[in-house]
Amino acid sequence: MTRRLLLGNEAIGEGALAAGVRFFAGYPITPATEIAEFMARRLPAVDGTFIQMEDEIGSMCAVVGASLAGVKAMTASSGPGLSLKQEAIGMAAMQEVPCVVVDVMRVGPSTGMATLPAQQDVMQARWGTHGDRGAIALCPSSVKECFDLAVRAVNLAERFRTPVHLLADAEVGHMREVIDIPERVEIENRRRPTVPAGDPSFQAYAGDADGVPPMADFGAGYLWHAEASTHNARGDLASTDHVAAAALNRRLIDKVNQKAKEITFYSERRLDDAEVVIVSYGVSARGAAEAVEMARAEGIKAGLLTLQTIWPFPAHLIEGLMGEGEAAAKLRPQGGCPKAVLVAELNAGQVVIEVDRAVRGRASVELVGRHDGRILAPADILARIKEVR
Amino acid sequence: MATAIMHAKDLREKYLVGRNLPTIWCSGCGIGTVISATMRAIERLGLAQQETVFCIGIGCSGYSSRYVNFDATHTLHGRALPVATGMKLANPKLKVIVLTGDGDSMAIGGNHFIHAARRNIDLTTIIFNNGIYGMTGGQYSPATPFGALSTTSPYGMIEGDFDAAKLAIAAGATYVARSSTYHAQQLTDIIAGAITHPGFSVVDALCQCPNHFGRLNKQGTAAAMMRGYRDQCVRVGPTDGTAGEAAGATGESAGATDGGSMPVARVDLDRYEGTGRIPIGLLYKAIRPELTAEYAKVREATEASEA
Repeated sequence: MTRRLLLGNEAIGEGALAAGVRFFAGYPITPATEIAEFMARRLPAVDGTFIQMEDEIGSMCAVVGASLAGVKAMTASSGPGLSLKQEAIGMAAMQEVPCVVVDVMRVGPSTGMATLPAQQDVMQARWGTHGDRGAIALCPSSVKECFDLAVRAVNLAERFRTPVHLLADAEVGHMREVIDIPERVEIENRRRPTVPAGDPSFQAYAGDADGVPPMADFGAGYLWHAEASTHNARGDLASTDHVAAAALNRRLIDKVNQKAKEITFYSERRLDDAEVVIVSYGVSARGAAEAVEMARAEGIKAGLLTLQTIWPFPAHLIEGLMGEGEAAAKLRPQGGCPKAVLVAELNAGQVVIEVDRAVRGRASVELVGRHDGRILAPADILARIKEVR
Repeated sequence: MATAIMHAKDLREKYLVGRNLPTIWCSGCGIGTVISATMRAIERLGLAQQETVFCIGIGCSGYSSRYVNFDATHTLHGRALPVATGMKLANPKLKVIVLTGDGDSMAIGGNHFIHAARRNIDLTTIIFNNGIYGMTGGQYSPATPFGALSTTSPYGMIEGDFDAAKLAIAAGATYVARSSTYHAQQLTDIIAGAITHPGFSVVDALCQCPNHFGRLNKQGTAAAMMRGYRDQCVRVGPTDGTAGEAAGATGESAGATDGGSMPVARVDLDRYEGTGRIPIGLLYKAIRPELTAEYAKVREATEASEA
């Protein structure tokens, strides 16, 4: 264990290295650049590779190429860069190439406010490439979580053979906190084929029981095709084959979404008897935690659910909040439904849509949001708690 | 190194994916000839099949992904080069060959093309240059000649065109050669030379599209278009693409000022401007620092200082 004072963005870099990332391609962009600078310094010393590409598109593509060669790979950017990377994120999803895409979110649309925090890319992370697929996105609210969730993002990418988003924000990315870095972390590697190279039974895109096909490194002799167009189980292009298309799309969605519980990470505070529940994530959860304590000091029963996993959306946790389903035992051991749910986020309403859909009218659901480059102050959230209690 | 000439059937069995044949390309299309030259070059060089990989763009040439019996990735329109860049950096032992078209490499992928050349990363880029977007039905590309007809230049092309070779040389490529489907033997030679060259190499492979370009521009059959290459192309520079140094240059290498970038072969392409003649052969060759080799030095230095 090493105790370090780190920037959130540096902790993301440390987490990625600890999880085995050995390739990084990026392009300078505020407020994510420190991650590229960290990787440029550190990667060559651990036999890894850093490259600054000609643009965001190239960075995303280079990451896919490196991962096909068998090396754990990551890129980092902010909203404008994520917009440009979308095409190649879709390629990674379609070819099923593990990789991590960090987005240190800033205010948009367009160039927006480059140095100021937002949480406006949540839906972009989910839907921001054409076509259907399951998406994974994690969201840290502290420097420690930057490290921990970077490790988890790398592991999930390898486990599910898909691009994984790590959605930080300008505030968390540029925050300095003291954290303890463990000597080693739990590492998950992509599964390689069990049949030897040259075995005629090898099918590059035959999903195993869990829908995730084992993956051979390019150069290992399997002579397989990573196909970005619609393909069959062998990986042969099948761009007019309706049966192959239906099976492939279904698998790309199900291999992630059916494992939502396995992918869910969260923390909770004083939920058991809460009448007003705040659901939040990232930097907004910090203000919300303080607001809960202020409310409790005034005798108001408030609680907080902090989502570390945004996608796949953990609807089962919301079910638990309503006192129903498996998660209720943990979140609401005495059962019962809160009166109101507030969703605190730095946008005009993104996660609140998912929360509202999961609550299904059992409590009132309202947004506490802002999108002006300021973070949510505890007093602002407290005022809304008092309104809805 | 294999020396005997391999029979076409054996070549096909070894290097193409039989279950996906026959190919999708139109009758008379030149792409198959370029693929064949590429496979012959690989056979001649004796490259290990498992260490030779293809990164392939989108378009008619992109369809080759389903036929090559190698690790291959069929990527996005214009993006084969940055994928190849990541792959080569991650595992420099791989021989990475990029298959792309004139639109794929010089329009939508133009930025990646010039920067891959600037980095001088050891990739071989083969441009299937038919001067048109064939897959989408015959729109003009950055290589469509001035005045030529396409479905999006129905009154004649009014934009200038890119010369892929000049673009590559200006951007920093260190092996640049051109040939055509008519000159299949030379094409094989220069592809072999490009694969062997330790740096960013570009082969501008002129290949006919009789179905779109030829039909719209009344150039007749595929055979007539190939005869056009025969009549228009003029052999220049070293005759063997693999022996640039021995064959020498056209005497212009003295102009280089930075020691590492002294060209060992350079053809004066401007001489052919406006003549209607197309120079083919090895057009440019230089030895300059190669990206993966330079990065290996960075690794050694940082690992040493950490230790």
